[in-house]
Amino acid sequence: MFYREAGQFRTSYGQDGQIFPLRQDRWAMLALLAAAVLVVPMVASDYWLRALLIPWLIFSLVALGQNILTGYAGQLSLGSAGFMAVGAFACYNFMLRVDGMPFLVALVLSGLCAAAVGMAFGLPSLRIRGLYLAVATLAAQFFIVWALDKFGWFKNNDPSGVITAQPIVILGMGFNTPQEKYLLVLGIVVVLALLAKNMARGATGRAWMAVRDMDVAAEVMGLPLMRTKLQAFAISSFYCGVGGALFAFAYLGTVEPSAFTIDMSFRILFMIIIGGVGTILGSFLGAGFILLLPIFLSVLFHAVAGKTVDASITSAVELIVFGALIIVFLIVEPHGLARLWQLTKERLRLWPFPH
Amino acid sequence: MFDDGISRSLRGLVAAVAVAAATLVPALAQAQGKEQYFGIPSYRVGPFAAGGTGFFGGIIDYLQYVNMKEGGVNGVQMVWAECETEYNAARGVECYQRLLKKGDLQMHIFEPLATPIAYGVLNRVDDDKVVLTQYGYGRSDAADGRVFPWVFSTMTSYWSQASAILNWISTKEGGVDKMKGKKIAHLHLDSAFGREPLPVLRRLAKDWGFELIEIPVAAPGIEQQAQWLRIRQERADWVISWGFGAGMNSTAINSAARINFPREKMVGVWWAGSEEDVLPAGDAAKGYFAAANVPSGKQFPLVQDIEKVVYGAGKGNLSDPKRIGNIYWNRGVTAGIFWVEAVRNGQRIANKRGQMLNGDEMRLGFEALNLTPARLKELGIEGMLPSFKLSCADHEGAGVVKIIQWDGAKWNSVTPDWVSSDRKMIREMVEESAAKYAAEQKITPRKC
Repeated sequence: MFYREAGQFRTSYGQDGQIFPLRQDRWAMLALLAAAVLVVPMVASDYWLRALLIPWLIFSLVALGQNILTGYAGQLSLGSAGFMAVGAFACYNFMLRVDGMPFLVALVLSGLCAAAVGMAFGLPSLRIRGLYLAVATLAAQFFIVWALDKFGWFKNNDPSGVITAQPIVILGMGFNTPQEKYLLVLGIVVVLALLAKNMARGATGRAWMAVRDMDVAAEVMGLPLMRTKLQAFAISSFYCGVGGALFAFAYLGTVEPSAFTIDMSFRILFMIIIGGVGTILGSFLGAGFILLLPIFLSVLFHAVAGKTVDASITSAVELIVFGALIIVFLIVEPHGLARLWQLTKERLRLWPFPH
Repeated sequence: MFDDGISRSLRGLVAAVAVAAATLVPALAQAQGKEQYFGIPSYRVGPFAAGGTGFFGGIIDYLQYVNMKEGGVNGVQMVWAECETEYNAARGVECYQRLLKKGDLQMHIFEPLATPIAYGVLNRVDDDKVVLTQYGYGRSDAADGRVFPWVFSTMTSYWSQASAILNWISTKEGGVDKMKGKKIAHLHLDSAFGREPLPVLRRLAKDWGFELIEIPVAAPGIEQQAQWLRIRQERADWVISWGFGAGMNSTAINSAARINFPREKMVGVWWAGSEEDVLPAGDAAKGYFAAANVPSGKQFPLVQDIEKVVYGAGKGNLSDPKRIGNIYWNRGVTAGIFWVEAVRNGQRIANKRGQMLNGDEMRLGFEALNLTPARLKELGIEGMLPSFKLSCADHEGAGVVKIIQWDGAKWNSVTPDWVSSDRKMIREMVEESAAKYAAEQKITPRKC
């Protein structure tokens, strides 16, 4: 009933190759984007924007980067928080040391810095695979954080080791209110997500997936392995770097290197595992699950239990329920929330008919 | 009729809807009447849960005490809501946002007891009109109230603590001139927290002529073999333990015992000076010193009264009442005292006796904190806090510590009076750092 596909013909290759071949999908996506751009900034409270939507968008971006590397290219990586740190500190230093540096340019440059670092730490992937590669990228995580901590230059020799991000000014307009920051982050994430989707659908993505499925066969087929793997590392780290810069500038406002812990790297990996490995939507859903669900649980428990139950018990129960939900979701759908959505859509295309 | 696919996806949909519905449930029942609302960003799970439950439990117990014993402040009831931060910067910022407004009420004091969270909200407190208190941690240069009007480092910052510890060490050595040639090891967690006192330590090393050995320990710090080997090789005279978490701190004490380094030559910062930090080390911790903000013990009249009034009525926040009088709980009580005194002062200054305060009034009230010896006695905390006052320019106040020593069962105050830091030197460093921050952030310091 929702997807009346009768009469929708695709008469050109261009039409056939759209991201959303069905008209209903296109309308839904447009409506969602319109709501995100027009309705949300007006309706959402400061709390929703600052504490929920902006971090969700930022972590979706980072999860996208992780998904490109681990989901599409099959290179297990535990260094995403490290690359975020590179992006954050690079952006801070570009804004600090180059007079009149526009913020967007600094953002792209910091992404490129993170990409360079990512490529350097991606070199082991040419020799090792799987869990061993994960350990090598773990080295990236710890080394980057250590280096940023050790060399005071990165933090402008601040005695406390915490840098305060400069205010964002683009073309003379300041982006300081939550609404403005939200729109900026939304714009950047939409553009980069579109880029990622197109890369994943195109030759680049197919090369990654070939490397993921069986890299020896891919090499035999003629795919340049080194280029493909390093490209995956570079693009993934670019996304993580931009995400990290936004994390520092548009979300927290201050960062220290030890904020980018191994714990954060693990959470980003969990985001794509729960969201759906190798999907674009999965990054968004997974980020929402890992980031926002604990908050909803916390609000729910405080509302339900409130003052009657000891707050320590409430906090502990939140963690227990969250862990249990992860297990439940992975048992129900091992391929992640994106697959759940895909199944739902397939059913919706037939509904109310069973087949 | 429905096969596995749709029932699976439906289940997911139902779960998602249930979760979304949770956000519509109000988190605090709206109470009528005159109330002053406080948001409490507590951490009750994770590695620092012992400190968090103690500290925030102390605050809540004191607020409860004020409500029960005096009917609030001039009739204004203290109300609060908690939010779990898990000692995490992102969660802390989210908690700040969540606790900020509750219906018509707004919170005006935020005390996260966590440096990362304090930094995370530092930029927002000016606009949101929230007093950010960093009780013995956080940005040391926030003591300069001209650059940081909304941030307070009452009643002592890390720099003051480091200076006070060295002052006490120098008295144990027989004077500042005897410090020449001595070796002081700064065993610290390799993080911003651990490196915070370094400017002060380095400066004093230069001024007094002792050798400062900086020994970082990588997180989580439960492996310190190499570090203590170095301490033994260098034959350090004193070790300042700037550790974090019961694991790291008890490991430091055990490692010291293993190489026979006298525990009497170790002084821990307050993060390394609670019951929970030394109990795991057992007998090895006997003789270990720490620089506390607030001494432990139940000998203070207020502590005994809270136990009688609040715990007697079964409204105590600590799940284990034996923790009353522990260091973190005592400290929480004093934090609660600061808040309530701020409310009292604010009501007096703004001429709003018996009414709710807004942000600016709360800030003025906090800045007018003046704990004279007479007031301390009135409150029943003589000896628990030093006498100090805040001002427009001085947001730190005391800058003193009490040196306590563990005897195997409890902490005993070694110094009957408070050990002071070098106020002049610290103030100089604070103003220099604050001016640099102001220049970088393009803030005009206000006139005081």
